[in-house]
Amino acid sequence: MKSSVITFPGSNCDRDMDVALKKFGFSNKMVWHDDGELPKSDLVVLPGGFSYGDYLRCGSMASKSKIMQSVINFAKSGGLVMGICNGFQILVETGLVPGVLLRNKYLEFICKNVFVKLDNKENTYFKNLNKDVLEFHIAHNEGNYFCTKDQLKEIKDNNQIAIYYCNSEGKIENQYNPNGSIKNIAGIFNKEKNVLGMMPHPERMIDESLSGEDGSLFFKNLLNNIK
Amino acid sequence: MKVSAIITLKKDVLDPQGKVIHQALDGMGFENISEVRQGKYFEIDVNENDPNKAKAVVEDMCKKLLANLVIENFKIIETQ
Repeated sequence: MKSSVITFPGSNCDRDMDVALKKFGFSNKMVWHDDGELPKSDLVVLPGGFSYGDYLRCGSMASKSKIMQSVINFAKSGGLVMGICNGFQILVETGLVPGVLLRNKYLEFICKNVFVKLDNKENTYFKNLNKDVLEFHIAHNEGNYFCTKDQLKEIKDNNQIAIYYCNSEGKIENQYNPNGSIKNIAGIFNKEKNVLGMMPHPERMIDESLSGEDGSLFFKNLLNNIK
Repeated sequence: MKVSAIITLKKDVLDPQGKVIHQALDGMGFENISEVRQGKYFEIDVNENDPNKAKAVVEDMCKKLLANLVIENFKIIETQ
């Protein structure tokens, strides 16, 4: 299976993602933001980081870069596009997924492990996963998901909420919400469920001795679902 | 001509930075404040002499890049 990770100026999780994808059997290519054409891919990943120094609004500059037109066309033709952290911020700025990511509620940069509850397994990303609660890592300053009332109704009606912040038992409550996100939302799909944006980093949970292995489960399962 | 754009957060969007600035001002003795909201200001020199055309260009910029209309409003002011 072929994947592409897009590197923007200021991306800093691109190589971690490359390591993770290769570890679980993807043949991955790194793609520079100024390239016009996307290599043939089964999965495109927008990695975490601080693209363009977070100027104007996080992800806003990257969303207008040259490669993004190809990524948008790829997504609109049904291709799998996953945005992690800054990649999620880029996705909302392109309009591929609804809403925006605001400054964290208490103005802190948050760097810690969190639990997330899967809401919807009827998609390529989470289908057949044998766990409903995963432990991932977050590291962000602008992860406070916000959308209008109309958008919230629409994403609920279309089952577009991918993951919620929760505790280790999967309880979704305000006290387990790290950043003020509306309804504890940590990740969102587009309507068709081929585009996924999420703040947590699965690529940081792929080593038995250094982290947990819930990221390993996620990537192994994703690869099997794409095959 | 120069055109300015002011971007502000919509009313129902939480502005934690504005809140902290409000608290700081309060602590400094500026007690007569009911709310502080932080925004952005752009000054754009457009190569265009017709003010209406120049403003229309900046309006397009606001819609496409400078503002995120989910959370922000914009106001355009002719400065020169």
